[in-house]
Amino acid sequence: MIAIQNISKKFGKLTVLDGSSAQFNKGECIALIGPNGCGKTTLIKSILGMVVPNTGNILFNDVSIKNEFLYRNNIGYMPQIGRYPENMNIGQVIDMIKNIRNYNSQLDEELLDLYKIKDLLNKKMRTLSGGTTQKISATIAFLFNPDVLILDEPTAGLDPLAAEILKEKIIKEKQKGKLIIITSHLLSELDELVTQVVFMQDGKIKFHKNTEELKNDTQMPTIAKAITHILKATAHE
Amino acid sequence: MNRLIKFVVLDMIKNRTILGYTLLLAIFSWSVFGLEDNATKGVLTLLNIMLLIVPLVSIIFSTIYIYNSSEFIDLMVSQPVKRSKIWTSLFIGLSISQILAFVVGVGIPLLLFAPINIALSMISVGCIVSIIFIAIAFLACAITHDKSKGIGVSIMLWLYFALLFDGLVLFLLFQFADYPIEHIMIGITMLSPIDMARILILLQLNVSALLGHTGAIFTDFFGTIIGTFISTFVLCLWAIIPFYLSLRMFNKKDL
Repeated sequence: MIAIQNISKKFGKLTVLDGSSAQFNKGECIALIGPNGCGKTTLIKSILGMVVPNTGNILFNDVSIKNEFLYRNNIGYMPQIGRYPENMNIGQVIDMIKNIRNYNSQLDEELLDLYKIKDLLNKKMRTLSGGTTQKISATIAFLFNPDVLILDEPTAGLDPLAAEILKEKIIKEKQKGKLIIITSHLLSELDELVTQVVFMQDGKIKFHKNTEELKNDTQMPTIAKAITHILKATAHE
Repeated sequence: MNRLIKFVVLDMIKNRTILGYTLLLAIFSWSVFGLEDNATKGVLTLLNIMLLIVPLVSIIFSTIYIYNSSEFIDLMVSQPVKRSKIWTSLFIGLSISQILAFVVGVGIPLLLFAPINIALSMISVGCIVSIIFIAIAFLACAITHDKSKGIGVSIMLWLYFALLFDGLVLFLLFQFADYPIEHIMIGITMLSPIDMARILILLQLNVSALLGHTGAIFTDFFGTIIGTFISTFVLCLWAIIPFYLSLRMFNKKDL
């Protein structure tokens, strides 16, 4: 569904992505893992077209995304830190996005209901706490029933209850056969969710394995432990 | 596209700064015409005020507005919206609201007090000048990543076009007084949209004594009709080129 072909990105002298390639398919739930500053968010932003890679190609359903925008109709994106026009209220932001998406089928309002956002519609974006902003981001990401969900640190800042709701929602969408890409540092959360792990370091994709393979290779019972094992090993190098 | 433009315009109308700007322009124009009994003199005074204030407000306000819209831009870029559409909508939205402010503030008293043809050309020149400086603001924003830097660049550009440019022209004139540089001066005048706008209005008013050195050469060289045509054309270029450059940069910008 998404093919990343040898993309590189430099910000000034700093190389953030260094010839990364990967293939993500329908029905997979991918965890993008790596130390801080390894290029996870840049990779995600490249898929969304927010960052333009210096070299390489990204294909969405076999079509290059260069100068394209309609493919984003199939993507729900939840940013790490949601930034919204400050003088608008929640209702206006959601309406504006509905307006722009021009989506005609049934909206997926499950999170809107579970997070009780309808009670907050009149609140200004600038008055919201980090957690509430995350809830809005999550709601918008799932609202249009997209085929691909890209979630950048989805549970950071959410209270345990809200995080649990989101996790259940992700599992539900995964069962519908959607492609889900998650980055997270809370490894314990990923255990129930992911089918594949992509490990990044210094702008390179070090490996791309499915979870069983990873557990076997490292002889660890959970993904969390396997990843910590790898992180420790690489830190000693 | 229309939805985005509508959103920007509505957002601007809610903004108090633009209301204050309209009011400021209205106070200036009404008091100018209240104090002068001669309409031409009034138009000239207004022209000078207009060519100082309109560029300043257009460029600074637009720069700040674009930086404050960074969240909006971020949000839209991750949605299925074309990048150039976002940028163009912001530009058109800003232009519409600034033009509205100008027409309400300056246009109404002009239409009441000045001869109709002069009033109309003043209004159109004011609108073009607004658009030109909005376009320059967009360019400044596309070049710089940092808000304070961007505003600094905008202020410098305004200073350059409004004040420094005249000084440079004078300097050149004195330095090369012994040489025939008239034709070069015509080219140099085209480098300043404010000078072009001034010449365009003075050509309509037929007050050649006030044209200044460059203006006089310009009229002498082109004559009134071709002069009007050429200065309008150059002004349009001044609006189109900076915006086009900024659009190209924005399409490649990392957010």
